[in-house]
Amino acid sequence: MINHIDVSSILRKSVCELYSNLVTRPTGAAVRCEIEQELDRIGDRALTVIDFSHVGLLDFSCADEIVAKLLLQYVSTDAPRREVYFVFRGISESHMDAIEAVLERHKLALVTQRADGESRLVGIIGVEERRAWEIISQLGAGISADVADATGVSRDVAERMLDTLWRRRLVIRYDNAYVAVGSATVGSESMRLDA
Amino acid sequence: MTTIINVPHSLEDKSFELVLDQVAPLPLDEKIIVDTRHARWASPYGLTALLALAQSRAERPILYVPEAENVNSYWSRMDFFKHAAELYEIQGRVRTTKAAETSVLLEVTSISKSDDVHDVVDKIQQRAQDALVKNLNLDAKITMRFTMALSEVCQNIVEHAGRGGWVAVQTYTWRVRLGGRKVVVIAVCDPGIGFRQSLESAPGFQKRERWDDGQALEETVMRGASRFRDPGRGQGLAGVRKFVGTWDGKLSIRSGTARIAVLPKGDWDEDEPLVEDLSYFPGAQVQITIPERVA
Repeated sequence: MINHIDVSSILRKSVCELYSNLVTRPTGAAVRCEIEQELDRIGDRALTVIDFSHVGLLDFSCADEIVAKLLLQYVSTDAPRREVYFVFRGISESHMDAIEAVLERHKLALVTQRADGESRLVGIIGVEERRAWEIISQLGAGISADVADATGVSRDVAERMLDTLWRRRLVIRYDNAYVAVGSATVGSESMRLDA
Repeated sequence: MTTIINVPHSLEDKSFELVLDQVAPLPLDEKIIVDTRHARWASPYGLTALLALAQSRAERPILYVPEAENVNSYWSRMDFFKHAAELYEIQGRVRTTKAAETSVLLEVTSISKSDDVHDVVDKIQQRAQDALVKNLNLDAKITMRFTMALSEVCQNIVEHAGRGGWVAVQTYTWRVRLGGRKVVVIAVCDPGIGFRQSLESAPGFQKRERWDDGQALEETVMRGASRFRDPGRGQGLAGVRKFVGTWDGKLSIRSGTARIAVLPKGDWDEDEPLVEDLSYFPGAQVQITIPERVA
């Protein structure tokens, strides 16, 4: 299932009913803990939309606590906590300033999605992996042969790139095929990952 | 023994050094009288630093208030006396005024906990848009970034100072520099442990051959060092540095006996990037200046 987490609601629930800005590290830590509890309730394999639409300000400390530390737990190439994929929505330009800074600091990447459904990969990622993600994203779903054909690399190399993208939870793997994380949230609000 | 500390007519970051030159040699428990009677003007830095000065003393100091009515009233409107009354023995008439000060984006405000930063951010968002966009001709994009920078410098008090401090934000016209251009200034002052002692508290910290306040400021401000092992720490000041660079602003941070400055690309400021061997003052005193955009 695709899960939707409204960060502003989490902020008001976990920290203060009156707050609309994500500022200070303790606030960020409290919001992240609440998000983690939500994620604990939704199973071992899930696609989750993290929605910042109603958040006013996001400062660097909160971006580090909420975005970077969340990704570090679930998007590790070594031992990810579970198979959880994230799409970040409602990201304003000023949110992006803070998010890009923390992604750079931790060498992370994530997928953002605009209101019109267009997805974008932001953060630290190799040129070839980015290209592979864009190909899969354009196709909706694809296999290593699609990436190999489009980029001119061997199928083995293409498979390794897609495997890296999967480990970073930027594409979803179904058997031998892949779906770009942003594509999976478009036009399918009840898509099951555990099928 | 009681020593009178003469406060210059114009009290801002540079002239506050004259105050510290008088205070630094004195024992902490020596009674001082801070004489502002002849003050004609004070920047947000001047007002917040005066409060930090009182906090830094073991013996409650005396404050002679400004004699000039307009100055006295302005300090009231900035809520300076409200806080000063907790820290100083006030001597002289404090004028009260109900008139709002339109150039004030944030009156002198106490910062000691995370909630205070939320309150400051909420309060300033309502006022910043008009001041920055309409009065300083800055792009609308600045408002959120400005508030982010304010949030980060306030958090430095909560995270690192070990005691409370002060913030104030104001716009004014710089008559001497900038050819009369307007500026917006954020001042954040605390009398806490300062940058050097903060870094020294890091696990496994080892002093280098040369280790002083200037080095600590360079490590923190220019290289993002932090007392925490968490690699996510130290991003706040890096973000502030980027912010002032984008808007041709200036960031200066004084701690202990040194002051570091991230200088504007434009030629409106002639400060040195690093000034050392200043008179000692505890804690950290931060000033961010963003100038009006001119065509």
